[in-house]
Amino acid sequence: MPVPEHLEFFIDPSRCIGCESCVQACSECDTHRGHSMIHLEYVERSRTTQTTPVICMHCDSPTCAEVCPADAIKRTEDGVVQSARKPRCIACSNCVLACPFGVPKMKSDLELMMKCDMCYDRSSVGKKPMCASVCPSQALFFGTREEIERLRKRSAAVNRFRFGNQTVTTKVNMMVPRDARPEYIDVAAAMEEDSLGGDIMLNVLST
Amino acid sequence: MTRPDLNQIVRTPDGRPEVEQPKWRRDFPIDLPQDEYVARRDFTKFMVLTSLAFAVGQVWIGIENWRRRRRGQPPIAEIAKVSDVPIGSTITFAYPQPHDACLLVRTGELTWLAYAQECTHLACAVIPEVDKGQFRCPCHHGYFDLTTGRPIAGPPRRPLPRITLDVRNGAVYATGVEERTA
Ligand code: SF4
Ligand code: SF4
Ligand code: FES
Repeated sequence: MPVPEHLEFFIDPSRCIGCESCVQACSECDTHRGHSMIHLEYVERSRTTQTTPVICMHCDSPTCAEVCPADAIKRTEDGVVQSARKPRCIACSNCVLACPFGVPKMKSDLELMMKCDMCYDRSSVGKKPMCASVCPSQALFFGTREEIERLRKRSAAVNRFRFGNQTVTTKVNMMVPRDARPEYIDVAAAMEEDSLGGDIMLNVLST
Repeated sequence: MTRPDLNQIVRTPDGRPEVEQPKWRRDFPIDLPQDEYVARRDFTKFMVLTSLAFAVGQVWIGIENWRRRRRGQPPIAEIAKVSDVPIGSTITFAYPQPHDACLLVRTGELTWLAYAQECTHLACAVIPEVDKGQFRCPCHHGYFDLTTGRPIAGPPRRPLPRITLDVRNGAVYATGVEERTA
């Protein structure tokens, strides 16, 4: 069964409180039982406690699958990029290195790349992925576009990303401020900027 | 939801049509419906089952050969009256079973030859060419010598089975089949 088309994934990193609930919940998903496929990224660890959850964005042109020499990464008809197929994966880690979002994980004990598959056993029957079902601040949200528009009056969803020359369109959406809604999120540029949190921390330290 | 055309690339990275995409994209499709997936397990199953079939086939061939040898020579059967076959001509007959087509060739006053008609390559019916002293198989251009039945050209490697004959009382009789390997 495919994931219902009206249900979409929205990530709102500004709401992430770093509680790691999603990390715990993810390992309880049946498609990758015991292995957590989500991780929290520390935005600027030395200066702020801000974290942001990283899940597979389910790219329209998945770099991971395009670089796979064993033809092991496949996408289902609903656009969900699945874990590598066990009989094909040669554990070369090309996908791990190539994914611009840093998603696939090499399980070297299994000699298999595993990745977030949107909890396919759940989302393909219309349920929320584990992470979205537990996230207390709703930084991870799985639902309809109308719902998110009603709930987040000041945010808008963007699903285009720029990494240098590579533009990636994704199935998963990132929430950005509605007034300053960019055409795409320039990930590389964002990495060079000083974070706002840094200034606040410095002020606190200097007093 | 409309189902995607299973043979078509559903989403291309740059949005250009499928024909403009590099060939490898069609050879290694990312979307599952276009993927022809043969698991190692399926392949192993296939290998095991075909090997098994070959092994069983060998046993079956062995049993058939043994049964044929036990059956001994088939009974004598009249093929034709001597007067019905002019010198240089050929007739077909069935021996020993009704579906075993054979050829009887009269090459001289007292010389008779008979062979199974089934080509020893892939079992097409051979055609006698008495004036050229050969049998010709039209399927893959196989040739057999008329007097010995041995292959002389083309793919066949074994001679045609010879039908042993007996001519008496104005009639030609088939008395047995002589299978030869060379
Ligand atoms: S985010 Fe990474 S793992 Fe997910 S589809 Fe895109 S390239 Fe593949
Ligand atoms: S979407 Fe599912 S698999 Fe991916 S991180 Fe969330 S809970 Fe885990
Ligand atoms: S069947 Fe006679 S030559 Fe092939």
